Amino acid sequence: MKLIFEIIKKEFRQFKRDPKMFAMVLVAPVIQLVFLGYAANLDVENIHMLVFDQSNSKTSREVVRKFDQSDYFSLDFKVNTYNEVEEIIDAGKVSLALIIDRDFEVDLANNRPGKIQAIFDGSDGNSASIASGYMNGLLTEYSQNISVENRLKSGQKFSISSVVPKVRVWYNPELKTRNYMVPGIVGLLLMIITLILTSLAIVKEKEIGTMEQLIVTPISSTQLIIGKLVPFMILGFASVIIVLTAMYLFFGIQVRGSISLLLGSTFIYILSTLGLGLFVSTISKTQQQAMMLAIFVVMLPMTFLSGFAFPIENMPQSIQWITHIIPLKYFMTIIRGIVLKGIGFAELWKDILLMLLIGVSILGISALRFQKKLD
Amino acid sequence: MHSIEVKNLTKKFGDFVSVDNISFNVEQGEIFGFLGANGAGKSTTIKMLCGILNPSDGDAFVGGYSVKKEPDLVKKSIGYMSQRFSLYNDLTVIENIEFFGGVYGLKGKEYTERKNWVLDISYLKGKENTLTGSLPGGVKQRLALGTAVIHKPGIIFLDEPTSGVDPISRRNFWELINQLSEEGVTVFVTTHYLEEAEFCNNIILINAGKLIAEGNSTELKQNYLEGEVWEIQTDNPVDALDILNKENYVIESSIFGNNIHISLAKNFADKGKINEILKQNNIEVKSIEKIEPTLEDVFIHLLSDKYNV
Repeated sequence: MKLIFEIIKKEFRQFKRDPKMFAMVLVAPVIQLVFLGYAANLDVENIHMLVFDQSNSKTSREVVRKFDQSDYFSLDFKVNTYNEVEEIIDAGKVSLALIIDRDFEVDLANNRPGKIQAIFDGSDGNSASIASGYMNGLLTEYSQNISVENRLKSGQKFSISSVVPKVRVWYNPELKTRNYMVPGIVGLLLMIITLILTSLAIVKEKEIGTMEQLIVTPISSTQLIIGKLVPFMILGFASVIIVLTAMYLFFGIQVRGSISLLLGSTFIYILSTLGLGLFVSTISKTQQQAMMLAIFVVMLPMTFLSGFAFPIENMPQSIQWITHIIPLKYFMTIIRGIVLKGIGFAELWKDILLMLLIGVSILGISALRFQKKLD
Repeated sequence: MHSIEVKNLTKKFGDFVSVDNISFNVEQGEIFGFLGANGAGKSTTIKMLCGILNPSDGDAFVGGYSVKKEPDLVKKSIGYMSQRFSLYNDLTVIENIEFFGGVYGLKGKEYTERKNWVLDISYLKGKENTLTGSLPGGVKQRLALGTAVIHKPGIIFLDEPTSGVDPISRRNFWELINQLSEEGVTVFVTTHYLEEAEFCNNIILINAGKLIAEGNSTELKQNYLEGEVWEIQTDNPVDALDILNKENYVIESSIFGNNIHISLAKNFADKGKINEILKQNNIEVKSIEKIEPTLEDVFIHLLSDKYNV
């Protein structure tokens, strides 16, 4: 225990000597958080659109007005031929063309569905699907209003048999990407700090030869590993707390669930990233190698497969299988769950358990490898 | 009891035999030179003796402990210093001393005493808060030695301790080693500088994992060189070397600056013959004299046999 403490003390003294790195660990996360928080914005506003109103009736004009009044859409063109529709979409001037059927009003009056064709510019698939969502929302709301009116006019029971879904968004009612992304950043930052810095710190000792020196001392490799990992774990926790504070101060995102559960899961998550850092250090001879390996072989794939940016449900089945061994995936679910939904252990225990299993295995394998490498 | 006792020590990496069945003993308080070319198996042997690499076969007893069965006890009774003077450059002098002192479990009065000793031998009294990285090589080397023996081990392993250090520091460093040895510390040292090997009480030479020579420097010179060694001074050592190599009584030849050293076949002592043959080839000979062979002569002789140079 005393030996472990000696290493930890030494490690912190070295941090102190390298204030740039210290700043990198404690300030950079906040900067990253702010940039990513503002930049990682998938929200779609001001969708440029055109309307080709073939019906040109009171009802259709009302629909068009709904779009015009909406904050999400900006009605830039009203055209009268199909050719014009094509031209404007091709020119990329609008990303949505709304074509209202000639018989729109008549159909609605006769309790038949009114037809509207919507053409999206799908070159940015993400925006297009979000725009389509907004459009559906708008039209649904509108058609509900007509239904209600219908009933009132005729005095009869409502005869259209369609059930219109009313969509409500929970947890993130404004559908702000930021709320979704920002907690995820915590997972990324932790990975950077624990994985990269751990592997660098260990490989650095190999490079300057002090590792050789340590091995011939009575320090056991287990003590050595713990002594090397604990300081980065502490740094990791410090940066989590800084980032969570910054998250609240800059974006007003508060942790809804239990902070202690969050920190507990963070600990489990860090086990896996420290393990990966240790692993990288066992296969790297130089700090450059460790850096490249950590970033390109471990970090980037882990980020892509974690669901941080790309939804896992949209991935092919085979890739989805791989994501099951990505600790960051579980941590994303956990931190988003705790921060945004305020859910607790009852809902998250499975993720926590799997993350624990993966973390312990990674750390165990790496520690064994590290011990063997010392031979 | 021997301070180090090596018995049929062998290390294999797959099919490659790095250390091949070597045995030797080191007495307490002696300076023991362990020589060999790069890749001869020196580091592997040292690692096994330090208890950080398990032998494939055989065993060694260091300070009475088996490196195979009691590596942890071995580690406690030895000090180790590598050619890289492995200190933390980003820590101060005192922080390095504190760290290694702590690692070896020193505290209280004992620690203070040893700390002062290390500062003394490295001439760093009053400079405790200097960053280690900014120290000159010679000073760093002494500090590294000091931290390596901070726990007063009975045996110390020095792996090429003087590489990259200026000659004066090297000389001072050897004085320090002598001092330790006089205090009863066994010093096991590897080096590439053969004039340093002359300072050792005993020497072994290994090549390709096998022990090929052992003894003190006088014994090595007597036992492994059969004939005499002559030094020839000439303006054209390169051509002279070529010519002499063709003569069957010349067993070995090598250039030392402007001179040539040749080791001769047993019982050959005809100065005139050499003079003659060089003259025939228009090479002016300034002097030929019999010299006391150096360890370098011995090792070149032993190793060129092995390499068939």
